Amino acid sequence: MTGPAALSRDPHPAIDPITLTVIQNGLQQVCNEMDLAFSRAAFSPVISETHDRSDGIYHRDDGALIAQGEDGLPVFVGTMQDCCATVIERARNLQPGDVYIVNDPYLGGTHLMDVKFVKPFFYKGELFCWLANTGHWPDTGGAVPGGFSASATEVEQEGLRLPPVKLYKAGAIDEEILSIINSNIRIADQRIGDIKAQAAALTVGERRLTLLLDRYGADTVDRAIAEMRVRAAQQMRAKIAAVPDGVYESTAIVDSDGVVNEPLTIALALTIRGEEAHFDLSRSSPPCQGPMNSVIATTRSSVYLAMKHIYPDVAINAGTFEPLRIADPDGTFLYAKYPRPVSGCAAEVSQRIAEAVFAAMTRAVPDHLFAAPAGTSGNFSLGGTDPKTGRGYVCYLISGGGYGGHAGGDGISNGCSTIGISKTTPIEVVEQRYPILYEEYALREGSGGAGEHRGGFGVRYKVRLRRGNARASFVMDHGRVGPQGALGGADGAPNTVLVERGGESYTPLHLSKEQGISITEGDAITVQTPGGGGYGDPAKRDPALIERDRVREYYP
Amino acid sequence: MSGNGTRPMARIVGVDVGGTFTDLVYLDAALPGGLALAKVPTSLDNQAGGVMAALEAAGVDTATLDQIVHGTTTTTNALLERKVARTGLITTKGFRDVLELGRRTRPTSYGLTGHFEPLIPRELRLEVAERMDADGEVLTPLDEAGVAAAADALKDAGCEAVVIHFLHSYANPDHERRAEEIVRARWPQAEVTAGSAILSEFREYERGTTAAVNATVQPVLRRYLKRLTDRLSDGGYARTLLVMQGNGGTISAERAADQAVNTVMSGPASGVMAAAYTARAAGFANVLTYDMGGTSSDVGLIIDGIPSIHSELDLEYGMPIHVPMVDVHTIGAGGGSIASVDASGLLKVGPESAGAVPGPICYARGGTRPTITDANLVLGRLDPARLLSVDNPVSLDDVRARIVEAVGAPLGLSADAAAAAILRVANDRMAGAIRMVSLSKGHDPRDFVLFAFGGAGPLHATALARELAVPTVVVPARPGITNAIGCAVADLRHDFVNTLNTPLEALDIAGVHALFAEQEAEGRALLDAEGVALASVEIRRSVDMQFLGQSHILQVPLDTATPSLDDLARLFAAAYWERFAVDLPEIRPVLVNLHTAVLGHRPAVPLAQLAASNDRAATVADAQETTRDVWFEDGGWQVTPIYRRERLPEGAAFDGPAIVAQFDSTTVIEPGQSARLDDFGNLLVSVALLQ
Repeated sequence: MTGPAALSRDPHPAIDPITLTVIQNGLQQVCNEMDLAFSRAAFSPVISETHDRSDGIYHRDDGALIAQGEDGLPVFVGTMQDCCATVIERARNLQPGDVYIVNDPYLGGTHLMDVKFVKPFFYKGELFCWLANTGHWPDTGGAVPGGFSASATEVEQEGLRLPPVKLYKAGAIDEEILSIINSNIRIADQRIGDIKAQAAALTVGERRLTLLLDRYGADTVDRAIAEMRVRAAQQMRAKIAAVPDGVYESTAIVDSDGVVNEPLTIALALTIRGEEAHFDLSRSSPPCQGPMNSVIATTRSSVYLAMKHIYPDVAINAGTFEPLRIADPDGTFLYAKYPRPVSGCAAEVSQRIAEAVFAAMTRAVPDHLFAAPAGTSGNFSLGGTDPKTGRGYVCYLISGGGYGGHAGGDGISNGCSTIGISKTTPIEVVEQRYPILYEEYALREGSGGAGEHRGGFGVRYKVRLRRGNARASFVMDHGRVGPQGALGGADGAPNTVLVERGGESYTPLHLSKEQGISITEGDAITVQTPGGGGYGDPAKRDPALIERDRVREYYP
Repeated sequence: MSGNGTRPMARIVGVDVGGTFTDLVYLDAALPGGLALAKVPTSLDNQAGGVMAALEAAGVDTATLDQIVHGTTTTTNALLERKVARTGLITTKGFRDVLELGRRTRPTSYGLTGHFEPLIPRELRLEVAERMDADGEVLTPLDEAGVAAAADALKDAGCEAVVIHFLHSYANPDHERRAEEIVRARWPQAEVTAGSAILSEFREYERGTTAAVNATVQPVLRRYLKRLTDRLSDGGYARTLLVMQGNGGTISAERAADQAVNTVMSGPASGVMAAAYTARAAGFANVLTYDMGGTSSDVGLIIDGIPSIHSELDLEYGMPIHVPMVDVHTIGAGGGSIASVDASGLLKVGPESAGAVPGPICYARGGTRPTITDANLVLGRLDPARLLSVDNPVSLDDVRARIVEAVGAPLGLSADAAAAAILRVANDRMAGAIRMVSLSKGHDPRDFVLFAFGGAGPLHATALARELAVPTVVVPARPGITNAIGCAVADLRHDFVNTLNTPLEALDIAGVHALFAEQEAEGRALLDAEGVALASVEIRRSVDMQFLGQSHILQVPLDTATPSLDDLARLFAAAYWERFAVDLPEIRPVLVNLHTAVLGHRPAVPLAQLAASNDRAATVADAQETTRDVWFEDGGWQVTPIYRRERLPEGAAFDGPAIVAQFDSTTVIEPGQSARLDDFGNLLVSVALLQ
């Protein structure tokens, strides 16, 4: 229909594209400032140094993503909107200054350590939207310090689970709820600083968003938000339309669930039909006993972020995901329900799901893609009491690995996890805080998969306990097979772990996962993270680059 | 000697080398109007050529000069183009790859490709046995023979410079110092940089990279300054050549190369220093500086007359530089920024730039994509007659057609509307950058003036001020040579940092007082050694603090060298509240770093001379050159008077709409705004605020 009749159906005139751009930039800036305030004020290095956190703005009706900080963790893109939706469903008697706290994985979450704060934002007395952030807490209780229990079989062993409750009521912290939390987590005395930082970031967002609404008016900003969503969907549709129709299958392997030493398979059938992409994960392995189950919010988010990695220029909000249809993978480990343990989903299973998406898309549009990245966060936690200070500690470390080669060149060395944008914590900071000494932190030679464009290199590090006793746990992956090469390139080197305890060394049974390893002064752990997959036939590699790599001793 | 017995004003040259032009200001009471200016093309391969050409163009007799102060982009260009000296690294065994692995992420949040090359390649990174712990206790003694062998190997490999970078050297620099001695003794020609000597703060990647930046540009800067000082002394110049640094202060050319990293951000710093100096004289203490050039815009913040300083900059992805420098926020929006419509149908302006070549369409150097400058031209803000007087002219209609093609057609806009849209999106991005440096730090823009300079700053400043609710725009007398003026007015400056990293309850406050005293004494000694005439010396002190368990710090300025523990606790709590609106009585504060800046103020420079003109009209009306149709966001096209800046009478006052044109810039005054010239020749524009 055209003409006046069609126009009159729309009560709001279309927003002009210039105002739209200005408002989009403004909303983005609000989120970026929340990210910055959270990191700068936080106490835990996992937030202040590695930036394992994210801040965003969500729709008042359904929690749909409106904008997310550019420096936030990509995996939280999808999960936070599901989490906000849960809070919206349950919210009662909202007042300005209320802040919900929630970490329940089954209610739009990842693992328990990712704690969300969700705050209603009021403008001129009316609910306009929700502001929310996620921060990775170093500990939320459970069987092992740091929460990465590699052999948990139910979520209760993984830590304290919080449904949405108001931690702040009309701006004042609820000391009773706080005391419940503090009674159930380790090193509680250091948590108050992070809690205040997490809430302060939302306050910063509130102030800045108010200024934006003062300037443009709530109605205009509302219309801009709706229009941004439509446009993002159009953009993603245009990308998918350019992919040849067909069914593209791929698999990715999780080493084990940490309890039963058998690989888990992610089996993806990707159907491209016109402007939509259908992701069928239903032939994946059934739910597992150990913590490698993924909750549905994380499964969906992993698909979203993989597609966003492939098409980084597409704007990001709820519209971006509309053409991506993900059937609920009922009956698989990718749709975990209570009480399945899930600590490995955010950091590890999510990256295997992304790897499956990359591999399927490589079959569809080979020239546009890249070989697989290291795809493990290298989660390593160590907890104990330092006899020198008498204080308890929980040290949580993540590592990078090599990225895959791509049409434009070799892969990056020591890139961060696919689902993150985290920095590693400086060695000097770790050694200041914890009774740990690094003996080596080196590029892992030979780990990048060969190819016309080789994979980037992983990292090799060795840490030794200097004082007292501690318990070490790690949840990593890609120990069984390395990251996949593409178009004839070789796979990257797999992850390895070596534990030296009481003068003896061993490789863990599950290769990349073990929990609660009791170690004492002088014991050491050596980790080698995966290299990226190679891209293209290694025989076609430029001899000058081969010579350069030889001079640099990249291959032993 | 002048007849009345007073000392004649010193003859001073400020000369700044930019990407396109080398600008010079020459202050000399004997000259007509008291000064001479020059703007010559920058000589890219050896900037000394452009500097000498500028001196000649301004008619400077170098033999009688009292002072030359020089801003150079030599080190910045060397880094960005990776034309740096071959440099080796000697580091702690087990950690040679720290500089390659870093804390790396990937260049962008989304997309898994990208590229990174460390400044020092792997084959030149050598390890020696030694180890400190975080308390500075020696765990493994230094292998001195290993250091000697590594030095020999790097020398044989053709290195010119060496970085010595050991873990935890901020806590105990003994091993680094000893290794430096060994290297210097065996290899006197080498430039040696010890990490802790450049930056005594934890975070091994940032400290090591800062040291690597210093070492790799050191030989480049030293050679350049040698060439320049040789040519200056050939011309009879006998005084100290002062070089501008990123901290906004100057240092003697002999010492500049020792801390070459400090010159990396000197260009933006000199602009902010000029703004601070000029605004202070005009009575404005709180200033937002806005410098718009061809490819980017720089925004800075001045509080109570003092430019804010920070020590964390990423020059590019993976290249952190952590030394004190003027806090300048750069965004990729300049006159040459390209406008385009992206796949989602939204208008984008920058960061892609047409640069100087091919440049904007209207420069007729082959540019075909519309830029901010083209939009300003189409909307009458720039004079087509002046801009288009090139050999191979492009007509205004050509420019309009290109704008319609690239922006108008996809958005369904006319040429005028498309050009207006380009300006609006560009202004929005620039306003966003200004908000980041002001609002995000808790400052209210209404308490500030917007100081606009650079060739394009005054074109956009009044619209930005309206958007930001900044009540006053200040356009200095010579906006296009502000950086050169910054050189002429800058102080000598030496910065000192010591890391204590101690909770207040365990702090030896007498030790703090002693360290402050040492830092001051060292700075005063350096000033004395430079032999430059000074009017006064100023000491600025601050501490970096955090709560126990944090890793980021907050800078807290001090007004005393002998603060009490209570003072420190109180000032930190107040600063923390101002920044984050959080109070944390339950957690102990920690003093991380002590800073002292020792500033040597040179004799005052008479700014009014900058506005000198022997061509002033009797009335504002007489200063009007012509009228032109100019487009404004409020009101559309309006017949607008065009004034010549040098013709405006002293104290002139007039209302917008108006355009003030001058040799090096164009100022737009919107309808509803009013403008006047102050006693120093600054053009002050009052901006009507919303509500």
